[in-house]
Amino acid sequence: MPDPNPNSKTESSSVIALGDRHPFNLRSDVDQLIAKDDRDTALRRLGELWSRDPGSGTASFVISRIEQLREKSGDKLHLAKFKVAILRSFTVEPIVPLLRAEAFAYGIDLKVHVGDFNTYVQDIIDGHGSLYRFSPDAVVLAVRADQAAPELWHNFADLAPDAAQDAAQRVVHSYEQWIGTFRKHSQAALIVHSLEHPALPSLGVLDDQSEAGQSGLIRKVNRELRRIAAGFHGVYTLDYDALVSRHGAEHWHDERKWLTARLPIAAGHLLDMAREWMRFIVPLSGRTAKVLVVDLDNTLWGGVIGEDGMAGIKISAEYPGAAYQALQRTLLDLSRKGILLAICSKNNLDDAMEALETHPGMLVRAKHFAALRINWTDKSQNLREIAQELNVGLDALAFLDDNPFEREQVRAALPEVTVIDLPKNSLEYASAVRNSAVFERLTLSSEDQLRTEMYAAQKERAGAEQNFQSKEDFFRFLEQEAELEPVSELTLARVAQLTQKTNQFNLTTRRYTEPQIAEMAKQPEWNVFSIKVRDRFGDHGLVGVAITHDQTEHCEVDTFLLSCRVIGRTVETALLAHLAESAARRGRKRLVGWFLPTKKNAPARDFYPQHGFEQQESNGTGSMWTLDLPSSTLHSPDWIKLVTAESKSGGKN
Amino acid sequence: LTATTFEQVRNIASDIFGVSSEKITAESSPETIENWDSMQHLNLVLAIEEKFGVQLDPEDIEQMKNIGAVAALVDKMQSAAP
Repeated sequence: MPDPNPNSKTESSSVIALGDRHPFNLRSDVDQLIAKDDRDTALRRLGELWSRDPGSGTASFVISRIEQLREKSGDKLHLAKFKVAILRSFTVEPIVPLLRAEAFAYGIDLKVHVGDFNTYVQDIIDGHGSLYRFSPDAVVLAVRADQAAPELWHNFADLAPDAAQDAAQRVVHSYEQWIGTFRKHSQAALIVHSLEHPALPSLGVLDDQSEAGQSGLIRKVNRELRRIAAGFHGVYTLDYDALVSRHGAEHWHDERKWLTARLPIAAGHLLDMAREWMRFIVPLSGRTAKVLVVDLDNTLWGGVIGEDGMAGIKISAEYPGAAYQALQRTLLDLSRKGILLAICSKNNLDDAMEALETHPGMLVRAKHFAALRINWTDKSQNLREIAQELNVGLDALAFLDDNPFEREQVRAALPEVTVIDLPKNSLEYASAVRNSAVFERLTLSSEDQLRTEMYAAQKERAGAEQNFQSKEDFFRFLEQEAELEPVSELTLARVAQLTQKTNQFNLTTRRYTEPQIAEMAKQPEWNVFSIKVRDRFGDHGLVGVAITHDQTEHCEVDTFLLSCRVIGRTVETALLAHLAESAARRGRKRLVGWFLPTKKNAPARDFYPQHGFEQQESNGTGSMWTLDLPSSTLHSPDWIKLVTAESKSGGKN
Repeated sequence: LTATTFEQVRNIASDIFGVSSEKITAESSPETIENWDSMQHLNLVLAIEEKFGVQLDPEDIEQMKNIGAVAALVDKMQSAAP
């Protein structure tokens, strides 16, 4: 059989060499790299060590070496900082190193504060206590059912039916008070463990015959917890019972450790607890992937299309093709959450497209992919192009490939890309993707759900651009419409999400949570606008945020950001002109704003000077720009239709 | 078999206590290893359980007075397993 890739033989021998590197040798590699001050390679080897041999011992090693690297770099590691506090009714200390090592694998430098044993109520109430002084980004409320609902858990058989209902109600009421009090003191995200069901209910099988049994009432408490959480921004429940069930209650629990060390979770599952917390921490810290780039042969289907042909590749409802259908179903789920799919495969384009378009077993089709790179070029080059085409940073990409050589090569060339380690057995592919926290989302906006279609329209737009003589002709043809609205309940989640995720066209890169945005919107001198953009090809959805703050003489632009999908088409000019006009209408003399440079926001660097702003001051963090409003000539381009609250109500000002 | 168990236990202890494994002997104990306090003892127990797939009883844990005793205990648990 012809070998489609003449290099594959030499590649696979280096794969074996990689696979043979023993975790213990990796440790000495890391120490040598640290001694040589090769920090990037040391971090990569630490990541490899953790993915190869995760556990308590490795976690201690990884953390101690990261501390060394942090010191050597003067606290300038390329990691996102995040602070989490854990309030608890059981021993969590042994989980903390696992959590920090796992966070590191997601590029997060996690600081952890653990509340005292069983003092979670005091911790929440004491507005000046150690919890709030720590100023966490997120707080986990990890209380076990035996503590949160002692009557239901221990004394259920003693309770008359009415008393049992009352007991459940009291539990719900306590949580409602704790959460409400917490929100008064802190805007941090709150992750509440819901209650597990008893593995052996006090009345045996009889318990399940009524909704008012022990399990039934605990289920009721959990339903109420979900309702309470939904009533607050940034409060989420962690389905603890589902977590325990996923791993099996009898394996999850360790009664001996519970009685001797107040540690209820068996040694083998402490990492699973840490990983469940990461499913919240990763999206909260913005380290999520926006695009999943998949390989084709032996990843999306079994076999090699160029060798096995349409009849030979495995993709069907039966084994072994079923494993690949399970992965494809997972991809469709991700796509529904707004995660874009792309293909990067070494293949002949025609072979691959035939399978993608016509193979009867395929659940995903070419239309589900926002970008395709099917060629014989180096994968890291293709990934760079995909990021460019989709207007995202490399750190927004996740990469799925069955070939460990390709994975290692991408890791080395593009350390920003999340590389998912596919297990050897294809039956485990789907769960490997589902278990990765980079695809978790805590809220879902309608934009997220429509994203794939929006990118399809964008492909057409890019085609149209090439047929016009001048940019202005193209802009007129686009028939762009931008709509500015004050932030509302409906748009709050998306607005906060944009401040968290937008890196490139973002003048100040200030990250805000939903509660913080809601708080700002209440202040009369603050204006928080959401920006929607439409054009003849389709609706881009809510793609921008502007936040302004009126002072006596001037109006300051606190935040101005737009998704890269819509910049460069003068929408940004129209919006800035609107901010200037409305500030002038409110009697302000100047519009001022900071540009705070980051590694990624170069596209926004010249935005103020290009629009006639003068530099007023500059310091180590950035430069401040000002526009004199009475003499300003800034105006919205006539090819953009601007829709605002004023224009809708017929111009009340 | 005993030698490899000892090696493995020594590597785990090296990670947990932050001491290079050459410095750890069968006689190493809370008296000779600075970081070996009660919390790190629990971490050592958990790392041993996780690595060797065993569950230690409170009585066993009390016997873990030095690294040699830990290795001997792991050997005993593993040979007792069916």
